[in-house]
Amino acid sequence: MIGKYFILLILVATLFIKCTTDTYPQGKRLYTTYCANCHMEDGTGLGQLIPPLAKSDYLISHRDNLACIVLNGLKGPIIVNGIKYDQVMPPAQYSAVQINNIVNYIGTAWDNKMKPLALPDTEKVLADCQ
Amino acid sequence: MNQTISFFLFFSTLLLFNSCKDSPAKELPILGHKSMVNGDQEYHTIPDWKYATQDNIDLTNKDLSNVIYVADFFFISCPSICPKVMKEMTKIYKEFENIPGIKLVSFTLDPKRDTPEKLKAYAQKLGVSNDKWIFLHTDKESIYDLAAKYFVPAYEDKNVPGGFDHSGKIILVDHDGHVRSFSEGTDASNTPKLIKDIKTLLKEYETK
Repeated sequence: MIGKYFILLILVATLFIKCTTDTYPQGKRLYTTYCANCHMEDGTGLGQLIPPLAKSDYLISHRDNLACIVLNGLKGPIIVNGIKYDQVMPPAQYSAVQINNIVNYIGTAWDNKMKPLALPDTEKVLADCQ
Repeated sequence: MNQTISFFLFFSTLLLFNSCKDSPAKELPILGHKSMVNGDQEYHTIPDWKYATQDNIDLTNKDLSNVIYVADFFFISCPSICPKVMKEMTKIYKEFENIPGIKLVSFTLDPKRDTPEKLKAYAQKLGVSNDKWIFLHTDKESIYDLAAKYFVPAYEDKNVPGGFDHSGKIILVDHDGHVRSFSEGTDASNTPKLIKDIKTLLKEYETK
C-alpha cells in the first residue's frame, strides 16, 4: 500500500519538476508557433540570413528594445556577433503580456542570461516604440 | 495467471524490440504511380526541365543523370516554412559536402524576384560557395507543374504570407529521375532518416 503511494508521489514530483522548469510556458508556445520558423526552435537562426537568438550579443545589448522589435519587426542591416544580417523581420501584433513572455523566454532560453523584464517595464517600452 | 501475463509482456517486448531495430539496408522503393506505356510498366519520372543556376549557367535534369540529388522548393522572401526547410537542407549539405555523387537542388517559386544574382547572394549567406548545392531560377509557366511532379503542391496565393503556398518536402531523386524517398523539411526529426536513405541510394550506385 505504502509502495503504491510512494510511486504516485514520485510521479507527481517528476511532473511538478518538469512543469516548473519551463519558466515562460506561454512565451515558449508563442515562440514555437510564430518565431521558430525563422529563428529555429534552438535559436540558432539560419546561416547569415536570419540572426541567432541563442548566444547573441545583440539580444543582450538591445534588451530594452526587444519588445519593440517583436511588435514592429525589423528592417535594414544589423550586426549580430560580428556578422551582418539584412533580411526583413515581419511585425507581430501581440499584447504586452504576450510580448513580455516572448522576450523573457528568448532572453532566458538556450543558456541566455538576460535579466527578465517585468510586465510594467515591457508596457513602458511598448508605449515608446518608434 | 501472473505467469501468463509475464510471458505475454516478455514476448511483446521482444517483438517491439525487433521491430524497432534498423532493418538491413535494402533498395529504396521507386515512389509514385506506375503507368502502362506500350504494354510496359513505367515508373513515375521527373520530366525534363532547363533553368539557369545561381551562376547564370543553364542546367537541365539530364546534367544530373550521373548524380543523385535532393530537391526542395522555396523563395527568398518566404516568411513561413522556407527557413526551417533550408536549415534541414543545410544539415544535408554539411553531411555530404565532401562526398561526390550527390547534389542539392533548390527551385525558386518566385522567379520574378529571385534572380540568379539574388540566388547567388542567398546561397553565399547560407555558406554555399560551390556547385554542390544548386539554386535554380525557374519560370512561372512551368514551375508549379514541375513541383507537382516532385510531389510538392505549390501555387500562387495572395492570401498566404509571402504569396506562394507550398509544402516543405525534401525529395530524393536517383540517376533516372525516379523519386526514391522524401522527408518533411519542416520537421527536423525527419532529416536523419533522409540522410540514411541518401547513403543507401549512394551505395546502390557504388555496387552497380
